This record gives sequence, C-alpha cells and structure tokens, in this order.
Amino acid sequence: MTEVRVTVDGVNYADDVEPRMLLAQYLRETLGKTGTLIGCDTSNCGACTVSLNGQSVKSCSVLAVQADGAEVTTIEGLARDGTLHPVQEAFRECHGLQCGYCTPGMIMAAVDLLGDNPDPTEQEVREGIEGNLCRCTGYQNIVRAVQSAAKTMKPGAAQPTEQAAPVAGGGN
Amino acid sequence: MTTTAEPTTEIGRARVRKEDQRLITGRSRYTDSITPSGTVHIAVVRSTIARATINSIDKSEAEKAPGVFGVYTAADLGAEEVGLPCAWPITPDQKAPQRPVLANGRVNFSGEGVAVVVARSAAAARDAVELVDVDYEPLDPVLDMEAAAQDGAELVHPDLGSNVSATWVFDSAAAGTGGDVSEAIKAAEADDDQIVVRRRFRQQRLIPAFMEPRSCVVDPTGEQLTIWAATQVPHILRTMTTVTLGVPESKLRVIAPDVGGGFGGKIGVLPEEMLCVLLAQKLGKPVKWTETRSECMLTAHHGRDQIQDLVMAVRKDGTITGFDVHLYADMGAYLGLVGPGVPILGAFMFNAIYKMPALRFTCSNVFTNKTLTDAYRGAGRPEATFAIERMMDEVAVELGRDPVELREQNWIKHDEFPYDTVVGLTYDTGNYEQATQRAMELFDYAGLRREQEERRRSGDPVQLGIGISTFTEMCGLAPSRVLGSLDYGAGGWEAANVRMLATGKVEVTTGASAHGQGHETAFSQIVADKLGVGFDDVEILHGDTQVAPKGLDTYGSRSLVVGGIAIVNAAEKVIEKAKKIAAHLLEASEDDIEFANGQFTVRGTDKGKAIQEIAFAAFMAHDYPEGMEPSLDSDAVFDPENFSFPHGTHLCAMEVDTDTGRVNLRRYVCVDDIGNVINPLIVEGQVHGGLAQGIAQALFEEANYDESGTLVNATFVDYTLPSAADLPSFTTETVSTPSTTNPLGVKGVGEAGTIASTPAIVNGVLDAVRHLGVTEIEMPTTSQRVWRALQVAKGHQAQQTPSDTHSPGAGLGSIDPNNPKGEVQ
Ligand code: FES
Ligand code: FES
Repeated sequence: MTEVRVTVDGVNYADDVEPRMLLAQYLRETLGKTGTLIGCDTSNCGACTVSLNGQSVKSCSVLAVQADGAEVTTIEGLARDGTLHPVQEAFRECHGLQCGYCTPGMIMAAVDLLGDNPDPTEQEVREGIEGNLCRCTGYQNIVRAVQSAAKTMKPGAAQPTEQAAPVAGGGN
Repeated sequence: MTTTAEPTTEIGRARVRKEDQRLITGRSRYTDSITPSGTVHIAVVRSTIARATINSIDKSEAEKAPGVFGVYTAADLGAEEVGLPCAWPITPDQKAPQRPVLANGRVNFSGEGVAVVVARSAAAARDAVELVDVDYEPLDPVLDMEAAAQDGAELVHPDLGSNVSATWVFDSAAAGTGGDVSEAIKAAEADDDQIVVRRRFRQQRLIPAFMEPRSCVVDPTGEQLTIWAATQVPHILRTMTTVTLGVPESKLRVIAPDVGGGFGGKIGVLPEEMLCVLLAQKLGKPVKWTETRSECMLTAHHGRDQIQDLVMAVRKDGTITGFDVHLYADMGAYLGLVGPGVPILGAFMFNAIYKMPALRFTCSNVFTNKTLTDAYRGAGRPEATFAIERMMDEVAVELGRDPVELREQNWIKHDEFPYDTVVGLTYDTGNYEQATQRAMELFDYAGLRREQEERRRSGDPVQLGIGISTFTEMCGLAPSRVLGSLDYGAGGWEAANVRMLATGKVEVTTGASAHGQGHETAFSQIVADKLGVGFDDVEILHGDTQVAPKGLDTYGSRSLVVGGIAIVNAAEKVIEKAKKIAAHLLEASEDDIEFANGQFTVRGTDKGKAIQEIAFAAFMAHDYPEGMEPSLDSDAVFDPENFSFPHGTHLCAMEVDTDTGRVNLRRYVCVDDIGNVINPLIVEGQVHGGLAQGIAQALFEEANYDESGTLVNATFVDYTLPSAADLPSFTTETVSTPSTTNPLGVKGVGEAGTIASTPAIVNGVLDAVRHLGVTEIEMPTTSQRVWRALQVAKGHQAQQTPSDTHSPGAGLGSIDPNNPKGEVQ
C-alpha cells in the first residue's frame, strides 16, 4: 500500500492504495465518484476522462499514486455553485448525448480542447475529441455542442462568467 | 432538419431532454456504480480455445488466493442442467442445444465461461481467474457457416446430428400472396426480353459495442431477490430468470437503472446474470459482475453474419418479375434469446418499397464455434435492405439505367397506398416520390453526376461515386398475433399506467425501458398534450419491474409506436374518469362536459374545473359519483394491429482515391418519412446515431476470427468503431405521411439510419470504381480492400495476406505487403 494525497473536486483526500490501482478505480471505488465511467481496458474510449492539474487525462491510464499531490476535477466538480459549465449546458442544448455513458469523458475532453483552442473549426473539434468514443450520437451533435460552447465562452459573449471558464484543476 | 416555427403543442417541439441534467453532471446510476454493502464480486474463467473437451479444472491455487470466497464450476453449483432460454423456435423441429451457464465438459466458442471465481473485490476475482488451470483437449473448430451446413461437416453439437439449426421458408406462391419464383426465373431465362441477375453478398459479423460494458448486481438480502442489470429488457429478464432457474417471478425484482446503450446487444439473458442469481442465493450476499471491454467483445452477442445468395428476374424494360433469396445465417455456438428469428425479421423486407409479383425467402441457421449472434440495431432488416438495395444497383448496371429511375419504376406510388405487398404485409402510408425528390434536391444529384462524369473523363485519381438507398422497414414490434404466427415466444403489446397525484403532478409508468432514447422527454410531451398539464409536471417511470410491473421493453423501434400508444390510451381513460367526476361536481350532464387544455367545462357556460382540481377531488373523495371508484388512475395495454413502415431516401457521395484505395465519405443526405414527429431533436439524434452505425458496417467494422477460432479484434484498439474524425456531418430532413396504424400517426425511427445507410455507402464506393472494372468489394470497404479490387481489375496480382483476411485493415500489425503506402483507416 502506498499513500496518495489528492484533491478531487475541491476536497482533499489521503488514502492508502495498492500501487497498481488506477486513478479511475480510485475515483469510483475508493471515493465513490461514480460520475466518472469506465468503458474499456485499452485506453481507447475516453469515458474515464478527467482533468489532472488542468490537463485532460484518461484516468484509466494513470495510476492513483501518480496523482499524488495533484488536483483532479471530474464531471461531478465541473459545475460551480449550481451553475453548469458552458460545455455541459451546450451538450444539453444541442442534444449531444443519448445514453450518457460517453458524456462525462466527452465533456471533460471538450473542456480541455476549448482551453487549448477557444475557437475550433468543425474538423478541429472532430480531431480534438478523436480519443473519445460515442456509440449513440454519430458525433454530429457533440461537435455542434462543442462549437456552441466555444461561442458562449468567447470573451465578451453574453453568458460566460469567470467562474465558468475552462477548469484548470480543483473544484472551488 | 428543417426548422419551422415552434409548435404550440408539446408534440412536435424540440424539447431538450429531461434526462440530461443528471447525465451531464455525473449524477448517473449505471449498474456498475451500484454496490450494496457486503457485495462480493465475480469474474469468469473463460475458454481461450474455440472448441475443446475439458479434461480437468484445477481450482486449488485460485481457492487459496487472498480474498477469494470460492471457485465454482457448473457441477459445483448444481447447474449442469440449466440452459439459457431461446424464445424463438422458428420451426417446430428447430435444433437447439443446451446453452449452459458454464461449460459442461466441453467448450464451443472462445470466451465461453468454464468456472467462476467469487472474491471480495473485482480485482481479487480477476487475479484468481489467472490461477485456475483448465486442461483442454482441443478439437477442430467449425468456422465456415457454408461448409458447416453441408452434409458430412464436422458437427459443433454432435448430438444434434447437424449444424443446421433450422431452415425457414417463405414462398409467396405457397402463402397465396404472390406468384411462383421458380417459374418467374425459368420464364426469364427462356425469354430474350428478360435478364436474370445472380449475386452473392456477405453481411460481415459485427459487434454491437455499446459503451457501457454489461454488468449485474443481485441482492438476496430481502424478501425478494433484486437484480440490477445493464439490460434493455428488465421485464423479459425477470420472466426468463423464472423460466431458467425456477425462482418464482413474484420473488424477483429487476431494475434496469441508467443503461449505457444497447442497440439490441443488451436484449439477452446472460449466463453471468444467472450465475449472479445462483451465487447470491448460495452465499446470501449481494453478488456483482461487471465485464471488461475485452470480455464484452468476446462474449456479448454479435450481429449480422449472413451469406446472401440472390437471384432476381427482371424484364429488360426494368420491371422486376421475381426475387429469390437464400441465406445462411451464422448463429454461433448456441441460440440466443431471439437469435434464430433475427433473419426472419428480415424476410418480409426483401421486397422493400418495390412491387414484386413473386418472392421466396429461404434461410438456414447454422451453428459454428463462434460467439452467438442475435439482434443488433435493425435485426434482419439491415441485411434485407442491403440485399435489395445493392441488387437494384446491380440491375441498373446490367440494364444501363439510372439507379434512381429504375427504383422509381418499380416502387409503390404514393397513390397506391394502402398496398398489400408480395409477402402479405399491408403498407399503410408512404410517399417515396416526395422523400426522393427532396433528397435529390438537397444532395444536388444532377450536379454530382456531372462532376462524376468530369472526373471520369479527366482520369482524376480521385473518383466520385454516388450511393443510393431507398429503404423501408417494418417497425413497432409487434402485433402479437403476427408474432404468434411466427412462433415467437411472447406477444408484442406494451403497457402503461397514468396516475394523477393529489397535488396535480402526473406519474406515468411505461413498460418500455429506455437506454438512451429519451423516453422521459418524448413521453412527457405526449402526456402533457393529452392531459393539458405542464411538461415538467409529468414524471415518466420505467425500468423497474416493481414500479412498472408490466412491459415488454425496448427494441425493434417499438417504444413510441407501441409503448407511446399505451400511454395515450391510459391518458384517455384518465380523462374519461375525470369527466364523470367533473360532471358530478359541476352539476352537469356528462354529455355536456368538454375537455380541452386541461380544463373540463360545461358546454355553453363559463363553469369549469382543471384536471388537477378533479384529481384533488378524487383524492379527497368527499364527493364523487355513485358507483365510481375515487381514482383517475388508469392502465392500458396496447397491442398494435399492424407494423408501421417508415421509409426514406439516402444519398451519399463517395470519393475513392484510386492510387491508395482510400475511401472518403464526402456528403450524406437523407430524407426520412417517419410519420408525425414528437420531438425533432430526439429524432435527429436517432438518425445521426443510426447512420453512424450503418456507415461503420460499410466502411470500418468487422469481427474477425483466425483459423483457430480466436476473435482477433476483441478490443477497441482493433475493432475500429468510428471516432468523430472518421465521420462527416450529415444532412438530415424529415417528411411526413402520418401512419394510420396508430392514433399518433407515428412510425419508428430508432433503426432507420442503420438500415438505410449501409447499402448507400457500398453502392457509392462501387459506383466510383465500376468503370475501372471493379464489380464487387466486400464490407467493410476499407482502403486495402478497395485498393486490392482496383489492382485485380487492372489485372495485377494482389495476393491476400493472412492478416488481412482477418482484419479490416485496422489496428495492430495489419501491414499489407501489397499496399506499401499502408493506407490504414
Ligand atoms: S476507460 Fe479509460 S479510455 Fe476507456
Ligand atoms: S451517448 Fe451513448 S455512448 Fe455517447
């Protein structure tokens, strides 16, 4: 067992974990953060995507111990004070989800994408979320959602607020 | 989608979904997220060999491993006689082997369960699986369905005496619905004015690949056994658990919580589910199983996998005179819950939208040592649509006709509905001209044909092909009597219950069980309109046999056209009851009470009461009519009289790089007639997702087995689901000829995109390279296959490489010496 200290969605945790435990398992099984989902065993689907120190990572490809000292934001910590992140809002408005299983990872990946490229073209969105698979939507409305969120988040756009900007790490 | 002004009714509004708030914030509840305290976990020891006898199983090391409660075989559980159910004996003499929960002495496909480990954590269980030592005596696997169907073939199940499970025939002459196909073909062969077109198409094996791996939790700590399962069919699972294990149905509660996609892949009754029940009973503790993705690919049922031999007789003027269809369908090692019936669901769709005087359909279901097959989005109908729509293009080529024009010549005209087809179905409504005309406009058919001509003339290395599919499907499974005539082991009705709560809210239960379709939103819209209540005041409850006790669940595009109508009928009953109470309270004759927009009014007066007031009055029950129960709550069970028949015209522009074989889907346009639309946003989503899956069959996906019967692409690395970067945006529109088979005028939409798109894409790819001498490319039409077909057409050697025989040119290690540029999709 190895000790890991980590901040997840604004809460500090310290746990003894098996060295082989994946961050995805740690979030789900140890912390009960079941909003983050697991869809594969080869790091292909992206369902498990979270933000680790401001970078989106597939939490099934990171060991829990590697997250020692890090700040993790999951889908559960993305909304602030009851206000949805613009990307979450856009997924709903644009019908960017059906069964919802890819959604937490897809939203986390999209948030990161918009952090790097605030005004992506359709092709840039498609390539930017290539690591996240969705079997339900055919991606069209996901792409629409990401581009629509980009518009909302543009400086000077009507809706964006400081607190709803792309997350870089912790919850509060 | 065309954007029109928002309608004033709820029906027709592009409501954003009620379901989404939870799902976008991580407040979801998929089965694997449910872990009652004290839960033990199982992992299954699986055969690595396709066909073998089991000499011995050594569990001793595994039993000693830390955290392990026990290791069990079928014998240890007393489950050797248990067989998983097949609900569809398509013929009286269908051969059906026992499908065990764990192998009994022999294994019949790679991935079959041999033993089960129970441990304190999933990780401990999986670790211990590695310690179970199974000694196998390998046998030659049976892998080729066509060879397996021949006399003298090695038998998957020797005791059955044959690999052919059943042969099912529909003959329009025998049924009295049309002429004799053999005669039509004979006549065509003897007639200079007719041609006979013979083709063989292969429907490759696909993997449904829903995103949520299958999972189940069985909790025995209570009077009833509670089963949470990632299933499309909680009601069927409950009944079938009783049928399989003998647990009284009344002692079972099945809950399908959030379910992460299904596409037919979650309609089964699983060995692992039954193991969880058996172990929960044995251990008295909650038992949980969640599969890994690799297990899912290997053992969750696959779809398609047919060989189609087709013979069409056609007059040289383009008129079809007969269509003979012969299929082999690979069942895999066992029969799934409805697996044998899947090809039969396609039998009635080979004539599609066309007038045909004679049709015969013969299907042989064959056992092989592969994962079993069962329903996958469209189930039988994509296969049929592929066959007929590819065939229409082949005939057009043979006759030198434009493929759209040839289709139009043969299709049922809009003024000919209702139309009795050659297989005895009555198509109620449709307008193929309208959908096609609109699609051709949106697509710029004429312009793209000109561009195609130009590229051909200039010898452009990138050639353009135009793909067409004018499909129909039968959906809304199903009229119970029709299912009875097909020997299906259940009816096709659906149930609903509408309850007016004291405080004015409405609870609706439905037997349809959503797993991404948006029932909560669409059904709320229907109820809001019917009862004149607010959209947000309606709560749709489903997916729990204790909450919605009656139902037949979700598959076959049935939720709206069957389940939705049950809700409408229950709501009508609520109104009828409320009307009586309203008349009583308003001191008027019931005949004078009118109901509109949630208000009961006395005709010709301004006296009235809202439905919520009536609900409260019924709750108080201080004053209500004699001889009536003080309740508005109502049940309905709807059994449809007929299917509904959505249709549409799908057009695609395919670019093929003739140097590399690379295929690019440049434009996709579809115009679907799905009758009246409840929620255009949801419809659009269903069409998009359906298109992606159908296109994936044409371009990307195939489950490949090697010669020893191992599934070689059992991960998302190798089984190439399309990503966002592999697909374009689609242009989708709807037109409507409302269905007359149900009071909402709706048709189904869940499967349309998948059914229509596959042949459109392949027709387009072939259209791009036909003038270069290519006549056929098997699916998936990857760069390698297209490149090879081009080489063969040029008279070059293009040797098949062992890896490519089994790989769609994707994933690890599929390097083709014939294709040094190594174009990989
Ligand atoms: S679960 Fe992490 S990528 Fe699939
Ligand atoms: S919404 Fe179901 S997998 Fe994306």
